[in-house]
Amino acid sequence: MKQFTLLQLKKEEKARIVAFNGGKGLISKLNARNIRPGKQLTKISNNFAGGPVTVRIDNAKVAIGHRMAAKIIVEVL
Amino acid sequence: MKVLLMGNPNVGKSVIFSRLTGTRVTASNYPGTTVEYTEGYLQWQNKTFNIIDVPGTYTLEPTSKAEEVAVDMLTEGDLVVNVIDATNLERNLNVTLQLLEKDIPVIIALNMWDEAHHKGIEIDANKLQEKLGVPVIPTVAIKGKGIRKLINKFDYNKLITRNYGNTENRWAEIGKIVEEVQKIKHRHRTWLELIDELSLKPLTGIPLLIVILFLSFKIIRFIGEGLIGYVTEPFFINIYKPFIVQLSNLLGGEGFLHNLLIGQLINGEIDFGQSFGLLSTGIFIPFAAVLPYIIAFYFILGIMEDTGYLPRIAVLADNLMHKVGLHGFSIIPMILGLGCNVPAALAVRTLENEREKFIASTLMAIAIPCMAQIAMIVGLLGKYNGKYIGYVFIILISVWIIVGLLLNKLLPGFSSDLLLEMPSLRVPGIGTIIKKLWMRIIYFLQEALPYMLMGIFIVNLCYILGLFKVLTVAIGPFLNKIFALPQEAVSALLMGFLRKDLAMGMLVPLGLTAKQLVVASTILAIYFPCVATFAVLIKELGVINMIKSALIMMITTLIVGGFVNYAFQEGKISLTGWLIIVLVLFLLKYIPEINAKKDIGKNKN
Repeated sequence: MKQFTLLQLKKEEKARIVAFNGGKGLISKLNARNIRPGKQLTKISNNFAGGPVTVRIDNAKVAIGHRMAAKIIVEVL
Repeated sequence: MKVLLMGNPNVGKSVIFSRLTGTRVTASNYPGTTVEYTEGYLQWQNKTFNIIDVPGTYTLEPTSKAEEVAVDMLTEGDLVVNVIDATNLERNLNVTLQLLEKDIPVIIALNMWDEAHHKGIEIDANKLQEKLGVPVIPTVAIKGKGIRKLINKFDYNKLITRNYGNTENRWAEIGKIVEEVQKIKHRHRTWLELIDELSLKPLTGIPLLIVILFLSFKIIRFIGEGLIGYVTEPFFINIYKPFIVQLSNLLGGEGFLHNLLIGQLINGEIDFGQSFGLLSTGIFIPFAAVLPYIIAFYFILGIMEDTGYLPRIAVLADNLMHKVGLHGFSIIPMILGLGCNVPAALAVRTLENEREKFIASTLMAIAIPCMAQIAMIVGLLGKYNGKYIGYVFIILISVWIIVGLLLNKLLPGFSSDLLLEMPSLRVPGIGTIIKKLWMRIIYFLQEALPYMLMGIFIVNLCYILGLFKVLTVAIGPFLNKIFALPQEAVSALLMGFLRKDLAMGMLVPLGLTAKQLVVASTILAIYFPCVATFAVLIKELGVINMIKSALIMMITTLIVGGFVNYAFQEGKISLTGWLIIVLVLFLLKYIPEINAKKDIGKNKN
């Protein structure tokens, strides 16, 4: 299956988180918010001029800064 | 007995808190930190319960100072009410399971029960109770549903000991629980959810933001001016004035005590703006001139907070904030600062690193005038022309951008990335909004009145002792040369350290021109924070960084004050003035960056 970073994922697309390309701090911060490998997400909006991307995970909407989004690896469902 | 309300941010903890407690509510700082929490009381079965609204946290393995405090507080509590959002059961159970591992009885408020139902989420509360082994009470805090039942469980004292080992096991256990207790049906999208998503997408979100900000500004002015014109000023002139006129006559119209209490008579009359007595100007400024705008601002802010709109501003402002070395969330302290710089300085603590704290505090203190000062600016400059008020803001926004760009280039370190949950948009409860507004009004009066009265007292004292005269002669010429302000304005600048609204008030008797008022308003906003803000900033930043920050403020004051005096001609910023601003912005691009902070690999996140 094709893998992308969350930044590259298209709007309205559904994907599953595969891995985080980042340090321990990043992983535990995302983990605590229920953003972890295996979870499904839908991208609500793309980043606009260096702004964040927003995604829906379960019923939560989360804004993720674009540099952080570039470290989240997802596969399209 | 201490009851701790704990859980994720945005789950309705504060609403439950306000349902449980009466009006005797205080905001306090956790000892040794500037992390703020709210405390209130509940009487039940002849016992007094001390209810504490603990800062929201996603985990008990702290990743920030606010979360550390949450964990520390656990050792002092007798019972935890874990508030969880039924629409996000899985994520919320992470804190729940961590709480079950601790040595404290836990009961659960399964909040937003109705919203979950609307979204097609059915949770079997009994089964959840069985699985977790602690009482689970469904609540709809905003409508007060389930609160009684929750209170009836306040004598719960059973301890259960769980140990899930590590994070992965915990999530696995949560997965199993959710699988068994939750069913998701097909859901209809409501109109609120539609606006919700539109407000996040840049293409629709930014126009919506502009409309909302414009409306907020209009409403604040409407309420503020309305209250002043129809309530506070008529009250002071028709009801309050006769009393102090009598008092003035009783005191003989002059003398030390008269001057202290009533102040100087202007053309034989008491003038609330110019007399400068404790009972005239000292009461008039906070109650009649400033309070109406405080009410208006916090009313609108409360609505923005409780509808869940505020975090959306953080998302839409993210790219702008990155240019000044911050991320979107830092817009929140800036917005709070428009009300009062003190809570804004407190909110800066939630930022991640020292660099961001320094930039955010400095920008906030330097370019964000508080509502007390804004009210006075509007009162003073509004008499001439509304456009002058606009110019003060244009100048302050330019200062914010230029100083921010400079700090971002010159300070070593990196800025972190935004990671922020967007709560669902919801219709707020009017009761909670009013209660929060009330708390903030009380807070304002507690902060403002003592400093205001002390300030007026000192002004009178300095006047009698001739201290202002000495200062006027010593520093006045300098002020006159750079800012073209009358030498007597020195005293106003000095008192601005106590309160900015007082300082603005001291400008009234000087009879300044509109241009001089624009200069004075601008430098009063920039030159230094008031003493209350200063005290918080020293605690937050440390002495060394505060000195650095203060130096930046003073240098900026000299440059900007001088610039405005030079460039503000015939009621507008001259063409040369605009050219200078554009040139500075252009040149800023070519300042080399001190470090390679954009290197992704070095980002500790």
